[in-house]
Amino acid sequence: MIDVKNLSKSFGDHLVLDGINQHISPGEKVVIIGPSGSGKSTFLRCLNLLETPTGGTITFQGQEITGAKVEIDKVRQQMGMVFQHFNLFPNMTIRRNITLAPVRTGLMKQAEADEAAIALLKRVGLEEKADAYPNQLSGGQKQRVAIVRALAMKPKVMLFDEPTSALDPEMVGEVLDVMKELAREGMTMVVVTHEMGFAREVGSRVLFMDGGGVVEENTPDELFNHPRSERLQSFLAKVL
Amino acid sequence: MALINWLGDLAPRLHRAFIEGDRWKLYLQGLGTTLEMTVIALILGVILGLVVAVVRTAHDQQRLGHRNPLLSFFNALCNLYTTVIRGTPMMVQLLIWSFVIFKTSRNKVLVGIIGLGINSGAYVAEIIRGGLMSVDAGQSEAGRSLGLNYFDTMRFIVIPQAFKNILPSLGNEFITLFKDTSLVQAIGAAELTYYAFTIGGRTFDYMPPLIGIALMYLAVVIVFTWLQGKLERRLRESDRR
Repeated sequence: MIDVKNLSKSFGDHLVLDGINQHISPGEKVVIIGPSGSGKSTFLRCLNLLETPTGGTITFQGQEITGAKVEIDKVRQQMGMVFQHFNLFPNMTIRRNITLAPVRTGLMKQAEADEAAIALLKRVGLEEKADAYPNQLSGGQKQRVAIVRALAMKPKVMLFDEPTSALDPEMVGEVLDVMKELAREGMTMVVVTHEMGFAREVGSRVLFMDGGGVVEENTPDELFNHPRSERLQSFLAKVL
Repeated sequence: MALINWLGDLAPRLHRAFIEGDRWKLYLQGLGTTLEMTVIALILGVILGLVVAVVRTAHDQQRLGHRNPLLSFFNALCNLYTTVIRGTPMMVQLLIWSFVIFKTSRNKVLVGIIGLGINSGAYVAEIIRGGLMSVDAGQSEAGRSLGLNYFDTMRFIVIPQAFKNILPSLGNEFITLFKDTSLVQAIGAAELTYYAFTIGGRTFDYMPPLIGIALMYLAVVIVFTWLQGKLERRLRESDRR
C-alpha cells in the first residue's frame, strides 16, 4: 500500500531522516516508537507530504507521490491524519469540522455528509456535541472528533502523530479505545506513540527509530521481550 | 480685558465662518466627501492588501523544490509595490497621481481615492499578512491533510480565524486613512479641509474653520473608536463561550 524507498529528509544541514526503507501492507498496524528527535514524526509527516522529503521515493497504491506531477490533494484525501494537538477548526461547529472536507472535495453532498458525521459521532459517543464548538470540548473529546473528521473522508490509511501526548492521563484511555476499535475493523494504521501498552496490544509491527533511521523492527512481542540492539534495550529500560 | 474683547469678537467670527451664507452646509458636504473617500479607499486598500498578502504568504509557504515561477514573479511585484509605497511620503504620492499620472483628470476626489487606496493597500497587506501568520500552522496542516486545496484552506479555515486578529489593526488603518484624506486638499479635491481652507480665505479668518474641522475629525475618530471597542468586546465574548 505504501512503499518507502531510501527516504531522507534534512532541515538545512541537519539530517533528520537517513535513508529509510519501509513497506506498509493493507490492514497493517505499524507502530513507531523511539526517543524524541529520532525522526519518527517527520517520517510520518513525509508519508502525506506535510514534510517534503529531500531524497528517496514514496509510492502509495502504485502511484509515486514524491514525483513532480502528483495531485497531492487527491492523495491526501485518501490518507487521514490525526495530530498531537487535535487541530480542530475553532471557528466551526463540530458538525462542520467533520463535513467541510467531504463536501468541498466533492466526496459527498451536504445532507449526505451531515448524516455520515452524525453516524461517526455516534460511534465515538459524541453525537450530542454536533453543534458545539471545539473549545467547549475536553481534550479527549477533541481528539475523538479529530479522528472522526479524518474518517469522514473514508481514507485508505490513517496516520496518527502522537495522538495522546497532549492529553491529560485520564483521557488517554478513551482515545486509545477508539483507535483500538478502528484497528479491529481492519483499518491500515501508522501510529507514532509513546503508549507502549497500545503498541503491544494493537501493533502488527513495531518500528524503533533513533537517529533518523529504523534501528529495529519486529512483532511487538519479539521487540519488547527480546530487544536485540543496545539502544532499544536502554530505551525500553527507561520507558517500561 | 483683552480676553473679554476676544470673546466678544468670537460670536461674529463664528457666525461668519459657519452660519453666513449657509456655510455649515459646505462643512457637512465636505465631511460627507471625506467619509466617502475614506470608506471607498479602505475597501480598495483591503482588496489590494488581501491579494498582496495571499500572494506573499502563498509564496513563502511553497514546498521546497516546487517553486512556481509565476508566483515568484507576482511576489516580486508585490514586494516592489509595498517597498515603493511605504518608502515614499503619502503627500508626494498624491501629487504624482494628480499632477503626473492623472494630470488631465478633473475628478480630483476620484484621484484622491485612488491615491489613498493604493497607499493603504500596502499597509493593509502587512496587517493581513501578520494576521494570516498568527493562525497556528497546525490549522492549515489539518486542512491540507484532509485533502482541501490551498485556497479552500485559506477561505474556510485560515482567513476567518485571522480576521479576528486583524480587526483592531484594520480599525486603526481606517482612522489613519480618515485623517490622511485631509492631504487630498493639496490636489484640489473638495473634501472637509478644502472647504475649511476656502472659507478661511474668503472670510480672512482661518481660526474658526480650522479649529472647527479639527473638532469634527476628532468627533468622528472618537465615535469610531468607541464602535470599534464595542465590536471587539463582542468578538471576545464569543471566544469565551
